[in-house]
Amino acid sequence: MTPRTEALRRLSLDTPPSISAERALLLTRFYRDHDGRLSVPVMRARAFLHLCENRRIHVGEGELIVGERGPAPKAVPTFPELTCHSVEDLRILNSREKTSYRVDPDVILAYERDVIPYWRGRSLRDRIFEALPPEWHTCYEAGLFTEFMEQRAPGHTVLDDKIYRRGLLDFKADIAAAVEALDPLHDGEAWDRREQLRAMDIACDAVLLFAARHAERAEALAEAEPEPARRSELKTIASVCRRVPAQAPRDLQEALQSYWFCHLAVITELNGWDAFNPGRLDQHLLPFYERGLMEGTLTRERAKEILECFFIKFNNHPAPPKVGVTAAESGTYTDFANINLGGLRTDGTDGSNEVSHLLLEIIDEMHLLQPSSNVQVSGKTPDALLKHALRVVRKGYGFPSLFNADAVVAEQLRQGKTLEDARAGGCSGCVEVGAFGKEAYILTGYFNLPKVLELALHNGLDPRSGRRLGPATGEPGTLKNFDAVFGAFETQMRHVLDVKIAGNQVIQRMYARLMPAPFLSVLIDDCIRSGRDYNAGGARYNNTYIQGVGIGTLTDSFAAIRGAVFEEGRVSLEELVSALDGDFDGHEPLRLRLVNRMPKYGNDDDRADALMQRAFEAFFSSVDGRPSARGGRYRIQMLPTTCHVYFGSVTGATPDGRRATRPVSEGISPVQGADRRGPTAVLRSAAKMDHLRTGGTLLNMKFAPSLLDGDAGIDALAHLVRGYFKMDGHHVQFNVVRAETLREAQARPEEHRDLIVRVAGYSDYFCDLSVALQDEIIARTEHDGLSGSTPLAAPVVAAKPSLA
Amino acid sequence: MSGLTSGRVFNVQRYSLHDGPGIRTTVFLKGCPARCLWCHNPESQSFGPEVVRVDSRCIECGTCQEVCPHGAPDPGSGVCTACGACIEACPAGAREMVGRETTVDEVMAEVLRDRVFFQESGGGVTFSGGEPLAQLRFLRALLEAARGHDLHTAVDTCGFGPREEILGLVPLVDLFLFDLKLADDARHREFTGLPTEPILENLQALSRAHRSLWIRVPIIPGHTDGEADLAALAEIVAGLSGVRRVSLLPYHRTGVDKARRLGRPSSLQSLAPPSPERMEALAVVFRERGLQVSLGA
Repeated sequence: MTPRTEALRRLSLDTPPSISAERALLLTRFYRDHDGRLSVPVMRARAFLHLCENRRIHVGEGELIVGERGPAPKAVPTFPELTCHSVEDLRILNSREKTSYRVDPDVILAYERDVIPYWRGRSLRDRIFEALPPEWHTCYEAGLFTEFMEQRAPGHTVLDDKIYRRGLLDFKADIAAAVEALDPLHDGEAWDRREQLRAMDIACDAVLLFAARHAERAEALAEAEPEPARRSELKTIASVCRRVPAQAPRDLQEALQSYWFCHLAVITELNGWDAFNPGRLDQHLLPFYERGLMEGTLTRERAKEILECFFIKFNNHPAPPKVGVTAAESGTYTDFANINLGGLRTDGTDGSNEVSHLLLEIIDEMHLLQPSSNVQVSGKTPDALLKHALRVVRKGYGFPSLFNADAVVAEQLRQGKTLEDARAGGCSGCVEVGAFGKEAYILTGYFNLPKVLELALHNGLDPRSGRRLGPATGEPGTLKNFDAVFGAFETQMRHVLDVKIAGNQVIQRMYARLMPAPFLSVLIDDCIRSGRDYNAGGARYNNTYIQGVGIGTLTDSFAAIRGAVFEEGRVSLEELVSALDGDFDGHEPLRLRLVNRMPKYGNDDDRADALMQRAFEAFFSSVDGRPSARGGRYRIQMLPTTCHVYFGSVTGATPDGRRATRPVSEGISPVQGADRRGPTAVLRSAAKMDHLRTGGTLLNMKFAPSLLDGDAGIDALAHLVRGYFKMDGHHVQFNVVRAETLREAQARPEEHRDLIVRVAGYSDYFCDLSVALQDEIIARTEHDGLSGSTPLAAPVVAAKPSLA
Repeated sequence: MSGLTSGRVFNVQRYSLHDGPGIRTTVFLKGCPARCLWCHNPESQSFGPEVVRVDSRCIECGTCQEVCPHGAPDPGSGVCTACGACIEACPAGAREMVGRETTVDEVMAEVLRDRVFFQESGGGVTFSGGEPLAQLRFLRALLEAARGHDLHTAVDTCGFGPREEILGLVPLVDLFLFDLKLADDARHREFTGLPTEPILENLQALSRAHRSLWIRVPIIPGHTDGEADLAALAEIVAGLSGVRRVSLLPYHRTGVDKARRLGRPSSLQSLAPPSPERMEALAVVFRERGLQVSLGA
C-alpha cells in the first residue's frame, strides 16, 4: 500500500457505519409528487434521475476513484419503497452490540415524520406479505424457508465486459434503435416495451448526470486545492468523470471509474442482493494495464495504487440492514460483491494473467472485508496462480475462495447456455453460478431440509407449535420401514416446496410489475433488445434458485434412523421421536449412541453418503426444471450463508443426536465435528453429490495453520483442491485458524477485531458474529495431517506431525 | 487368490503427508519385533487385537462393566480377551478395537478411495507398522496389489528381518523409509530390544539393491540425541548409495497418552520434546556429510 491507500483504508476501517435518510427522503418526496402520473418503469427511472440530480456528491481527500453510495463513506442509504424500517428497527440498529449502524436522531425524526407515514402499506414488502396466502405465512413463520425478496430486490448480478468496450451513449443509441423497431400493429406489448425502453434511456441520462456532477465537484475542489500534485489529480478525476461512463474508457483509471459509476447506479436504483459485481476483473482490465505499460503512461505500482483505491470503495459500503424481526439478530456488513480471478476466456483458453496476480497481492495486503474474492480454477489454470491464492488463504482471512471453473461451465451448459456465455460466467454472492452480464439468476431463499424431516416424523405437524404445516403422512408408529420414513419426508418436502414456489411466483410477478430496474436492464443482455425489464424476464437467461440447507444433518439423521431403528432395533421410531421431543432429556446414552455409533456423512462412508445422494436426488427432482414466473426455470443450490444457525434455532432435536436449537450443518459440509477421517474423506463424501446439476454448492473446511507450513503445505492444499475439482466439486474454501485463537478472540474481542474468518460463502469479522455462530466455527473440525502416529478413536490433533 | 490373503492391520490413515511424497494413505500393520521405549504407537507392538479406551469420551455410565464377561473392562486388566462386547455396548464411542484380520482386497478398497489425490500429488500408499516385514506374506501381497493398480508404494521399516525376503520386495517398492536409531549395539538392545548388526547389514544390502531410501532417525532426548551417536549414524548413511534424504523426527508425547489408553504404563516417562533450535543443530551433523536433511518428516 502507498501512504495514500493506507490512509484511505484506515478511514474506511475506522468510520463507523451509519444510516443515511437522504435517499429515503428524496425518494419519498418524489413519489408524493408524482405517483400515479407516470407508467411504473418511467416512474422508477424518474425517481432514479431525481436521486442522481439531488444527492450529495462526495469526492474524498486523496481519492483516485470517486463516488459513494450514500452522502459519505460508510453512510448507508435505505430503500423504503422495498422495505421500510420502523422506528424500533432503527433504534435496534443503533444500539445492538453486533453489526450496529449509527442512527442519528434526525434520521429517526425524518422516518417518523415523512418516510414511514408514506411507505407503511405501500412498501413492496408490505404488499408482498399482504398478497401471500396463509399457508405460506405459516411455513415461513415456522422457519421452513426464508424468502430473499421480502428484504431486498432480485440481484446476484454481475457485469461482463461491455462497459469496457462501449459507453452509455452507445447504449442510448441501442435503446433508440429498439424503440424505432417497435411494431404496435403486431405486438400487443409494444406500449409496455416503449415505456420500459424510455425508462432505460432516462436511467442512462441519470447516470450521465451523476458522473457530470462528480466532474463539477472535482473541478471545484481543484480550484480550491493549494497543493499542485493533488490539484492535478483532481483535474484528472474531473476529466475521467467527463469521459466515462458516457464513452468507452481508454485507460485503467477510466475503466475502474466507469465500472464504479455503473456499480453505484445499480445499487442506488434498487437494493439488489449482493450489490453489484465487476466479475472477471483481471480479464477486463488486462488490455488497459498492458496498454498503459506499453505506452509508458502506467507503472505496475501506479496500477496497484489505483486498484487499491478501487477496492476501498467496496469496503465503504456496508450492506443496507434488514428490517423487521431480523433487525435484532446480528447481520453482516458484507454485501457479497465477489471478484472472480482466473478461470477461462470465452475461447476456452486460460483466463489468468498478470492482473490476476496483482489483484491477489492487493487482496493479501489490504485484507478488507469487502470486496470478496475468488479464484476460478480450471484444468488450464497454472499452479502458480492456485498456489499464489493458497498463500493468501494461508494467512487466514478466509479468502479467496476456490471454484472449479470447468464445473461452473458444465453446470451452465446443462441449463442450456451457450459455451461462450458459460465460459464468460462465473460465481457471485457466495457460490452462485451465472452467465455474467447476461443472466438474472435470482435466489429465492433457504430451505430447511432437517425441519422437513421433523414434519415427516410428526405426521405433518410442527412439534414446536403444534400447528399443521404439511399433509398427514403417518404417525411414527405407522412408518414400518426406512423407505416409509423416506417416503413421508419426500411428501412433506414436495408440499413445502409447492408452498414456497407458489409464494415466490407471486413475488416475482410483483417485482416484474411494480419494481423494475431500468438501469440494471441497460447493462444486462438482452433487456434492451427484448424491451423487457431485468426483473420481468428480459435477461437472456433467467434461473430461479432455492437453496437447500442442512444436507449433512439430514443425511446423518436418516443414517441414524436406519441404523438405530431399522437395523439394530435398539429403539423404536416412536421412542426415538419421543426422545427428540424431549430434547434427549433422560436419553443421553441414546443420544451419544446416535452421535458416536452411526454412519456419518463426511467420512467417505458409503452407508451415509448413499443417503446423502438419495436426499439430494429427492430435493433436486422436486425443484429442478419447474417453470418460473420470469420465463425461466427453478433450480437448486446448496448453500447456507448464516441461515443454518437460524434454521437450527427453529428445529427441535434431530435423530443424528443434535440437540434442539443448535445450528444445523452448513452448506454441503459435514455436521460440525462429525468428520473424523481427514480432509480427503470429507472431499470424497462431498463429491458424491452431483454438483453439476446444481447452481452452486458450498464446502467449508477448517485447517490449523501448522498444516500449511512451507511450500509442502501449500502443495498439499493445492493437491486437495485439484483432486476435489477432478471429482467435479464446485467450490471449497478454507478457514485457517486455530481453535485457541478463536476462543481467545471470543473472550477478548477487543484484541481481535481484525480477525476475519470464512463464515459460509463469505468472510466476516469473527468478533461481529453471534456467539452461536462463533461457537459453531470453533466447533468445525480442525483437520490436521497425521503421520506415523495414528489417532486413537478421537482424532489426535497433533500440532505438527513428527515422529514416524 | 492373493486378494484374499489376510493379515493384521490396526489403522488405515488417509491424508498422510509425511510418509513419502505427495498425499498418501498409510496402512499400519500390527505387530513389531522391537520394543522401543519411546514407541509412539504402542498399540502396534503386539500382533493380536487390543481394546483401547479414550478417557475423555467416557461418560462413566458403567455399561462396559455390565457387559464385560470378565467383569474387568479395563484394557490393562490382564484378563481382556478383546471380545469386543464393551466396544459394541459403549454409547459414547469411548472404546475401540485396535487390530483386525483384514484381507488384501479390503485394504486396497480403502486405499483406492484416495486415488484421485494420489494422482494429483504424486502420492500413493505406504505400508508401516508395527513392522510390516513381520507379516511378510501379507506385505508382499499388498505390494503386488498396489503395483497392479499402478500406485506409488513405500515401505516404512525398522530393517529387522530376513535379508533375502527384504531384497525380494525391492521390485515392488518405490521408496523405503528405513528407521535408524543408534549405531551402538548395547544401547540399541537396551532401548529397542534388538541388535544393530542385522539391521545395519540389511541397510547396506538394501542400499545396493534399491535407488530410493529415506533414512528416518527419531530424536529421543537422552537416548538417541547424542552428537557422537548421530555422527556415527551419519557416517554410516553417508557411505550408502541411494539415500535421498534423512529425516530427523523429534520425540513427541502421543505415545505416553496412547499407552494410557491401552491401560499400560508407559515405558518412558514423558520427556520434553527437543526444541527447533536443537533439531537444527543436529541436522548439521548430517548436512556436514553432504546429506539432505528434513526435520519433522
